Order: sequence, then C-alpha cells, then structure tokens
Amino acid sequence: MSEILSLAGENLISPIILSFALGLAAALARSDLTIPEAVAKGMSIYLLFAIGFKGGVAVSANGLDQTLILSLIAGLVLSFALPLLAFALLRIMTGLSHIDAAAVAAHYGSISIVTFVAGTSVLQGRLIDAEGYMVAVAAVMEAPAILSALWLVARGGSGTKMEPGLIRELLLNGSIVLLVGSFFIGAITGEEGLADISAFIVAPFQGVLCLFLLDMGLIAGRGLRESKGILGIGAVAFAILMPMISASIGLAVGMLIGLSLGGIVLLMVLSASASYIAVPAAMRVALPEANPSIYLTLSLGVTFPFNLTLGIPLYLAVAQTVTGG
Amino acid sequence: METHTAKRVEIVIEAPLERRLTDALTSAGVTGYTILPVRGGSGRSGKWTREGQVGRAGMVSVVCLIKPERLDGLLDAAFTVVEKHIGVVSITDAQVLRAERF
Repeated sequence: MSEILSLAGENLISPIILSFALGLAAALARSDLTIPEAVAKGMSIYLLFAIGFKGGVAVSANGLDQTLILSLIAGLVLSFALPLLAFALLRIMTGLSHIDAAAVAAHYGSISIVTFVAGTSVLQGRLIDAEGYMVAVAAVMEAPAILSALWLVARGGSGTKMEPGLIRELLLNGSIVLLVGSFFIGAITGEEGLADISAFIVAPFQGVLCLFLLDMGLIAGRGLRESKGILGIGAVAFAILMPMISASIGLAVGMLIGLSLGGIVLLMVLSASASYIAVPAAMRVALPEANPSIYLTLSLGVTFPFNLTLGIPLYLAVAQTVTGG
Repeated sequence: METHTAKRVEIVIEAPLERRLTDALTSAGVTGYTILPVRGGSGRSGKWTREGQVGRAGMVSVVCLIKPERLDGLLDAAFTVVEKHIGVVSITDAQVLRAERF
C-alpha cells in the first residue's frame, strides 16, 4: 500500500500532471487562458507521430514475435467486449437511458492515446521497458467499441442503423492513420531514422506533452463547469470503478499472452482509458440522440483525470505486485 | 448596378456531419456553398467553444446562395442530415450580382 501511495505521490508532482491540474484549475476559475485550436491540433499530430515512430523503432530493434499477433487480437477482443461490461454496469449503477448508456459504453471500450502516452512516460521514468508494438495495439482498440455500442442500441430495438461510410471513417480516422503510419516509418527506418530526427521527436516530447495536457485540463474543466447537475453519483462512481475493472481484465489478458511488465501495464492503461476524441465524433454521427454532455464529462472530466493521477501508478503497482516484477 | 433576388441559406451543424451535409447538397444539385468555422456559441445543448479542441468537435456553418425556385430541393436535402442533430437552419432574402452563377 505504501508503495502505491509513494508512486501516486511521485506521479502527482510530475510536470505533466501539474500542467493538467493548472488547466483544470484555470477553467474552473473561469480564467481566459486558452490554447488555440490549431496549436492543439498541431501538438496532437506531433504526439501521435512521435509515439508511433518510437514504437516502430522499438519493434525494429527487438524484432517481431508471436506475442505481437496475440496482443493485437487481445486488443480487438477487449475493445469489442469492454463496452458490453460497461453497459451492464451503467444500467445497474445509473438511471441513464438505453441510448445514453450505450454511447457511454463505447467510450470505455475505446482508448485515450494521451493516457497511453502518460503511461509510457511513467514507465520510462522508472526505466521499465515495454513492447514497442503496444502502439499498434492502441490503434487497433480505437474503433471496435463503437460497433459494440451500435449493436447494443440496435438490440434495444431503437431502429438505429449503421450510417453509410461510418466504418470507413472509423478505420481511416486521422489519428489511427498517423499512429499506424508513423509506426511503420519507425519500424522501417529503425535506430538510424530515429537518430536523424531525435532532436525533434525525443527531446521536446515531454514539454509538448505538458502543454497538451494543459489544454486537456482546460477542456475537462470547461466540461465540468458546464455540466453541473447532469451527472449523478452513480455515473461518477461508474467512471472511477469501470477503469479499475477494465485494468484488472487487461492485467489478466496481458499475463495470459505473455507480455512483459511494461507491456502489461500499457495494456491495463489502454483497457482502463476512455476515448474523448474519436468516439465522441462517431457518436454524434451514429447516435445523435445520446447526450454528449454525459459521455464527454464522464470520459474527459472524471476517468481521464483519475487515470492520469491515481490510475496509472495504481496499475503499475498492482502489475508489479502480481507479476513480481 | 443590376442585382437579382436569391435565397441565402445558412446551416450551422455539428462538425462531424459536415461531409454528410455537403454530400447531400451536392446530390440535390447544390454545388455552390461556403463552409465557415464557428468559434463557439450557446444554445439548447449548452455552451461550447472551439478553443483547444483536437477532434472533429464543435460546429461549422455552411452557407448557400441559390435561386429562390431551388430552395425546396435544398431544404429537403439538408433536412435528411440535420433532422436529428444539433444545429440551426435559417433562410434570408438576398440580392446577388451575376445571377447566372447561382
């Protein structure tokens, strides 16, 4: 227990968490601090490219093994299955409608790439290696949850149909294309390629991540401010309980397929994280009746800060204890 | 200067629906439109701002200037997309130069 508290304490005073806290506090205090949209998008592209590229380089250095295939399959299955669990929990814990519960469930089966980046950052800080291809697992886990949510709604008899072109949009979503594309560039060019551009994608990474998290804090704070009274205690409890359950499932799956300690922690983080970029956009197209204030506030306003501050150190400590790593 | 009567239709719609709306307009024969970013606003669904957003969040404004006789076709096409979504459709009378362009 003291180990978990110590890890959480160290994590809380890291620059990235404090940057997020600054954004959150500024938004809640109604400061006029803002990050321009173009800058936020630019930082997002930079982070996706850097994390994908470095993942590809790690694969080129360590080679491929059968765990890669198993990890990709595990990611797919988790992303399809976790929304079903989330939906069942939401129906028990909250009074959300069938459609709102399905929309929220989709967010909890998909992933937050920033939470993943924060997880890799914590691992690097503790010199724990992880499989480079976990980036590809992250990409695989983005979209299937949306299909599960649409199935849940269709099963409820709402008559909702799959929007034409939605599958193509999901698979060719800009973040997936960039993440997978930069992963392949990193895998093809390897250490030499990394040496060529490391001054751009390695050294400034943590600083850009701090500014990006400042922006995430601002968005989360604005969302919390505007959604007063929308969420009940049951929904907030779900947004904290669900990531812990998902992380436990990720831990079991990671151990089953033979991932390293770092890989297990990242699979736990991916399972525990909730989307707030790709899935909300898909939900606005596919399930316009669902209330965006509910799913955005839960994923970005509650689960994201929880994972960032307490969740990641908790998952790391639990994985270390269980694996003996 | 000679001017001609036209209708100006402005559709403020959620950004993820932009392509679907412009596809519907094109299918209905409305090939001329202008898309403008919207910085933020407030309405029945609450306040929102474009600041700091990284996904396809927020709203866009699609503006069409058309001959009055084409208005019903445009509205039918737009309605199929905007029906269930957050947004505003407004129509105003306008005067344009060079009528053959609309």
